[in-house]
Amino acid sequence: MNPVRKKRLFIVLAILAGVGIAVALALSALQQNINLFYTPSQIAAGEAPQGMRIRAGGLVEQGSVQRDADSLAVSFRVTDGAETVTVRYQGILPDLFREGQGIVALGRVDGDGALQADEVLAKHDENYMPPEVSQALEKSGMLKHYEGGKPGGAQ
Amino acid sequence: MNWTWFHKLGSPKWFYEISGRWLPWFAVAAALLLGVGLVWGLAFAPPDYQQGNSFRIIYIHVPVAFLAQSCYVLLAVAGLVGLVWRMKLADIALQCAAPIGAWMTFIALVTGAIWGKPTWGTWWIWDARLTSMLILLFLYFGIIALGQAIANRDSAAKACAVLAIVGVVNIPIIKYSVEWWNSLHQPATFTLTEKPAMPMEMWLPMLVMVLGIYCFFAAVLLLRMRLEVLRREARSSWAKSEIKALVGAA
Repeated sequence: MNPVRKKRLFIVLAILAGVGIAVALALSALQQNINLFYTPSQIAAGEAPQGMRIRAGGLVEQGSVQRDADSLAVSFRVTDGAETVTVRYQGILPDLFREGQGIVALGRVDGDGALQADEVLAKHDENYMPPEVSQALEKSGMLKHYEGGKPGGAQ
Repeated sequence: MNWTWFHKLGSPKWFYEISGRWLPWFAVAAALLLGVGLVWGLAFAPPDYQQGNSFRIIYIHVPVAFLAQSCYVLLAVAGLVGLVWRMKLADIALQCAAPIGAWMTFIALVTGAIWGKPTWGTWWIWDARLTSMLILLFLYFGIIALGQAIANRDSAAKACAVLAIVGVVNIPIIKYSVEWWNSLHQPATFTLTEKPAMPMEMWLPMLVMVLGIYCFFAAVLLLRMRLEVLRREARSSWAKSEIKALVGAA
């Protein structure tokens, strides 16, 4: 390669490296703001700002969903395995909402530590399978194992 | 190292000849693969156990999003070749690929929104993956606008090349956004390096669609580039005789 081109190549790569480092620094400084939601552990540790609208995310705890008999009010606990946060919500839940499902709730933490949500979004993982396969897994008690064992499956 | 093959690639005449031979193959492969993949994925692949049939949009969403990012990498490589080797063909490739990439990004965002409403419960959320994809769309817009705004072809080529190279920083951010940060978007299902997170009968139509969309991209890009080469070389004798043959045939 002739020296002029080599020099130009070097300049371009240097610019790219510079921009890359600048963006990496900016993103790591903004780390907290880019995360879409706080996990229950972060909320319990006081990392989430007080009195502001925040998003909490985690899995809906098995057996924690309580629906009001004559209104749309619902309350459930969200867990990340270590800590739990109680979420109260009034409205229509997304189709994918069920116990064990990952969800993100947007709302304010009230006096007794529960999240008063005004929006609940369902999260799904990257695993897809036909209904017959999931039924077979459920029958043999392996579904939980399958979902829990995948990295990212617990998000 | 022998660089002659590389310099030969920069000759518009040589490119015009060789691309004319490749084009029909890409076009036929794209039509076949996309046809088979769409019917297979949208009609015959099994539904998902959670999402039912609405998950089928993945067969459009994922290949298109793949291409949107690969196309940007191609722009950056073309920009690098254009800046370092001053190859005319690199600028042609950059200018011709940018609108295709912009459309693919747009389609990925729209199909993602259509998918998001029934599954997540929202059309749009300022999630790291979604936001970085929107930035990619604006980068494409920027490159297209810059290429059109500067009248001098050489300055336009240089400006676009620099923007394309700098913008490539966004690509790893898009790719790893779902791993670095908590996000609503799920991690990748379709990867070439790991065991797929879906069974074969769901994964194969996806593979066909991904291959098909790349062939489609190659065919459309070659078509656009051939036209642009003829337009820019209109004064040279080989282009004149080429155009005469084309017009005479019509």
